[in-house]
Amino acid sequence: MIQKLFFYASPQNFYPLAGKLWPVFACLATVLTVWGLWLGMFVAPTDFQQGEGYRIIFVHVPASWMSMVIYLAMAFWALLGLTFNTRLSGMMTKALAPTGAICAFLSLWTGALWGKPMWGTWWVWDARLTSELILFFLYLGHIALTNAIDDPRRADKAGGILALVGALNVPVIYFSVKWWNTLHQGASVSLTKGSSMAQVMLEAMLIMGVAFWMYAAAMALYRVRSIIVVRERHAQWVAELPEVKAQMMKNASGGTKA
Amino acid sequence: MSAFFAIVKRDLTLALRRKNEVITSVFFFVVVAALFPLGIGPEMNTLRLVAPGILWVGALLASMLSLGRMFATDYADGTLEQMALSPNSLSLLVAAKILAHWLLSGLPLVLLAPILGLQFDLSTNALWVLTLSLLLGTPVLSLIGAVGAALTLGVRGGDVLLSLLVLPLYVPALVFGAGAVQAEISGLGASAHLSVLAALVLVAAVFSPWASAASLRIALES
Repeated sequence: MIQKLFFYASPQNFYPLAGKLWPVFACLATVLTVWGLWLGMFVAPTDFQQGEGYRIIFVHVPASWMSMVIYLAMAFWALLGLTFNTRLSGMMTKALAPTGAICAFLSLWTGALWGKPMWGTWWVWDARLTSELILFFLYLGHIALTNAIDDPRRADKAGGILALVGALNVPVIYFSVKWWNTLHQGASVSLTKGSSMAQVMLEAMLIMGVAFWMYAAAMALYRVRSIIVVRERHAQWVAELPEVKAQMMKNASGGTKA
Repeated sequence: MSAFFAIVKRDLTLALRRKNEVITSVFFFVVVAALFPLGIGPEMNTLRLVAPGILWVGALLASMLSLGRMFATDYADGTLEQMALSPNSLSLLVAAKILAHWLLSGLPLVLLAPILGLQFDLSTNALWVLTLSLLLGTPVLSLIGAVGAALTLGVRGGDVLLSLLVLPLYVPALVFGAGAVQAEISGLGASAHLSVLAALVLVAAVFSPWASAASLRIALES
């Protein structure tokens, strides 16, 4: 089992595996999104307090979940990469970061869209909103750092340390912001819903959660394939890939025409 | 341990030979604190309310200004490599550099804060708490900042990048530091906030030199 895992730790062996896996995850994501959105938009009853507006929850909550899960996944790969010194781990961390940032941004954006009709304001300095915003900043910092360093090995390791420091800090930030919030302002807005959710709403939300998860996996695998090809472009096995060969042929023929 | 004090002494001596850099970041703090009332208006009640936040954010930015220089000159002239090669643990030497950074950029802010607090009409108790919170909080800024400074060492556009990396991680220190003063003003008592700040210093003091040393090794490898 362990042998098998280390076999796939090599970018050369992981590249075809990722190529097989990402379409599976993408298909699952599509099917689950269609199913979840259908349940959420058409089957789930109208909320008697919030009307139709609450339906944004089916995008908002899964996006928030994934923004946190992806940061944990990044920290996991970073830890693996720093302990075993595997190249692939750093590439996975790098591949996950943009999807995480998108999820965090989506969560903030849909939250604002939801907040306007429900609370009458685009933004409140609530503990959850604020910590999500800071999580978004952490993602941006990670992306900026790994992009600023030219040497990919150094970028991976530095990004790994940053991801771990950030992961240690996220709970502290969350609790500090929570305490700050309860001290500064009264509970003008309560995010916790008074009534328990209807069964079908919960189902739709969970399905959308899994759909987002599958989407994140598909995107990360797709992106890691590109990263592998770019980083290993000098290796023989990359030059022998059929897709790379086809592209080379195209470029060569284009070059002669020009 | 002698290496630890040798490095602290060396960094202090170097900084005192070039007083300019130390004084600039202290003046930055003073100027920022003076700009806020100009932007907000001279209403004393409002200023008293926003003073802890302004002074804390000012201190945070001022201590960040000098972070880029924490390792840069030693990296440029090869001292850092010698430190990494020395038989002493690099974490210990980094801890010494962090302490020196705090003595040069944190401590002056702590000493200056009560005077700036007077401009905002803070009460004597609030001034004490402000000073105490900065005394406990500015080391956290130097400790966390050291990790960021080590990660961005020799990187293109490192200074701007450093602020992007470090500022979100400063949030807990800011919340509890400014919160302590707020709590004192509102009569809740600041002891809880100050205890949390002390806890943050201790945790950061354990992890930061180690993480900074690991980041420095990565920077030196390439």
